Amino acid sequence: MKKLEAIIRPHKVDDVREALLEAGFRGMTLSEVKGVGRQKGHTEVYRGSEYQVDFLPKIKVELVVADGRVETAVGVLIKSAKTGNVGDGKIFVLPVEEAIRVRTEESGEDAI
Amino acid sequence: MNGINTGDTAWLLMSTAMVMLMTPGLALFYGGMVRRKNVLGTIMQSFIALGVVTIQWVLFGYSLAFGPDIGGVIGSLAWAGLNGVGPEPNPDYAATVPHQAFMIFQMMFAVITPALITGAFAERFKFKTYVVFLLLWSTLVYAPLAHWVWGVGGWIRGLGALDFAGGLVVHISSGVSALAAALIIGKRKGHGHEHMPPHNLTMTLMGASLLWFGWFGFNGGSALTSGSLAVSAFVVTHIASSAAALSWSVTEWLHRGKPTLLGAVSGCVAGLVAITPGSGFVEPMGALVIGLVGGALCYVAVNAKGRFGYDDSLDAVGVHGVGGIFGALATGLFATTAVNAAGANGAFFGNFALLKAQMISVLAASVYAFVISWLLLKALDATLGLRVTEEEEVEGLDLSQHGESGYIF
Repeated sequence: MKKLEAIIRPHKVDDVREALLEAGFRGMTLSEVKGVGRQKGHTEVYRGSEYQVDFLPKIKVELVVADGRVETAVGVLIKSAKTGNVGDGKIFVLPVEEAIRVRTEESGEDAI
Repeated sequence: MNGINTGDTAWLLMSTAMVMLMTPGLALFYGGMVRRKNVLGTIMQSFIALGVVTIQWVLFGYSLAFGPDIGGVIGSLAWAGLNGVGPEPNPDYAATVPHQAFMIFQMMFAVITPALITGAFAERFKFKTYVVFLLLWSTLVYAPLAHWVWGVGGWIRGLGALDFAGGLVVHISSGVSALAAALIIGKRKGHGHEHMPPHNLTMTLMGASLLWFGWFGFNGGSALTSGSLAVSAFVVTHIASSAAALSWSVTEWLHRGKPTLLGAVSGCVAGLVAITPGSGFVEPMGALVIGLVGGALCYVAVNAKGRFGYDDSLDAVGVHGVGGIFGALATGLFATTAVNAAGANGAFFGNFALLKAQMISVLAASVYAFVISWLLLKALDATLGLRVTEEEEVEGLDLSQHGESGYIF
C-alpha cells in the first residue's frame, strides 16, 4: 500500500475529487494548508503598510491505494489538478505499513 | 411655550441619537483594523466611553464646559448635577429647544472625542488605566476646550474663530492628544517586522458607514435649529465625505497601483473630519474642495508616519489631527456669510482676519491638548502604568483585559 499526498490548487479540488471517484478511488482526506514554493506570493497594502504574503492557500489531498493502483491514481491526480502554470502543486508517494477499518477490523488492502 | 420650537427640538433629539450611534460605529471602525485577539478590547475602549463620559458630563462635565464663565477659560460648577439645566431653553446656546436637549446633544460629542484617541494606542493599553484616562482627559482637556470655543465667555469664541461642529474641540484635540499618546506609550511589540494587517475590514466598513450616517447629526444638528442652516450643513457634509473617499482612493491608486476599500472608508472619515469646523459656514463648492484636498492630504499624512517612527496604530493623528487642522484652516478660507450670517467671511471672500483667528485657535487648541495630554499620560504611566505586560500584549487584550474572545469557531 502507498499513501499519496497531493498538494493542489484550491479551485481544482472538485475536479480532483470527481476524477478520483470516477476512477474507483472511494476515499480521501482533505485539509486546507498554506505553503510556499516556486509560485510567488503577493503584496497587501493597508494604509501604506506593506505586507509580503508568501504562504499561499493550497489543499492537501491524502489517500491510500493498493500498490498496483499507484500509477493510475497519480495519473488521475495529475490530469485533474494540472493547469500548466507555476503553483499546480506536488504529489508525494509514501509507503504505508498497515491499514485497519475500525468497524470491521479488516486490515491490509481490504481496509482501504 | 417658552419659545420652544418642536421642529428644532425633534431634529436636535434625532441628531443626538445619531451622534450617539457614532461611538459604537467608531468601535467597529477601529475594531476591524486590529488583530482579532484585540477586537473586543478595542471595541470596549470606545463603548465604555458612553458609560464613563455620560456620568462625568451629568455630574460636572457639562457645567465645566458650558456653565457660567470663569475668566474665559472654564465654566463654573453652578450647573453641576445638571442643576438648573431643565426644560426651559437657554437662549445663550439654543433659544428654541429645552436646555436639556442642548446638554445631551453636547454630551454625545464629549463621549466620542476621547474614544477617537484610542486609535493611537490600540492593542496595548491597560484597561484599568484607560478608564482613569477617559475620566481625567474629558475633565482636563475636553471640558476646557469646549468652553474656550463654544462656552459663553470662552476666549476663542471671543476671538471670532469659527468651529461649527467640533474641528478644534473634537478632532484637533483628539488628534493631537493621540500624537502625545503614541509617543509616550511606544510601539506595539513586533511593530515594523511582524505582520499586523486588519483582521476584518467588513467590520471597518460598517463602522465607517455608521460614522458617516451619524455625522449628519453631528454637523447638521450643530445648527441647533431645523431649517436652512441644518440643511446646508447636511449637504456640505455629504459632499466633502464623498469627495474625500474618492480623492483618497485615486491618490492611492496612482501611488500604489490599487484602490483599497480601507482607503476609501478612511477617505470618507477624513472628509467628514475636514468639513466639520466649516460645515455651517461653507458652500457646496467649498465643501467639494475641502473634501478633495482633505482626503488626499490625510492619505499623504498616513503614509508619511513611517518616517517619523511612532506607532499611531489606527491613524488617529493622521486622520483626526491632520484632517482637523486642515479643516479649521480651510474654514478660514471658504467661510461665507452667504451661508450663515452669524459666521464670517473667509480669505477667499476678502476677509483675512478670520484666517488669522483660525490659526491662533488651532495653535492654542493643539498646544493645550498636547501639553495636558502629555502630562496626564506621564503621570498615569508613573502611577498606574499605561501598558499591559508583554505577555498580556502577546495574548491579546480580549483575554488579558476582559477574559473573553471575540470569535469562537
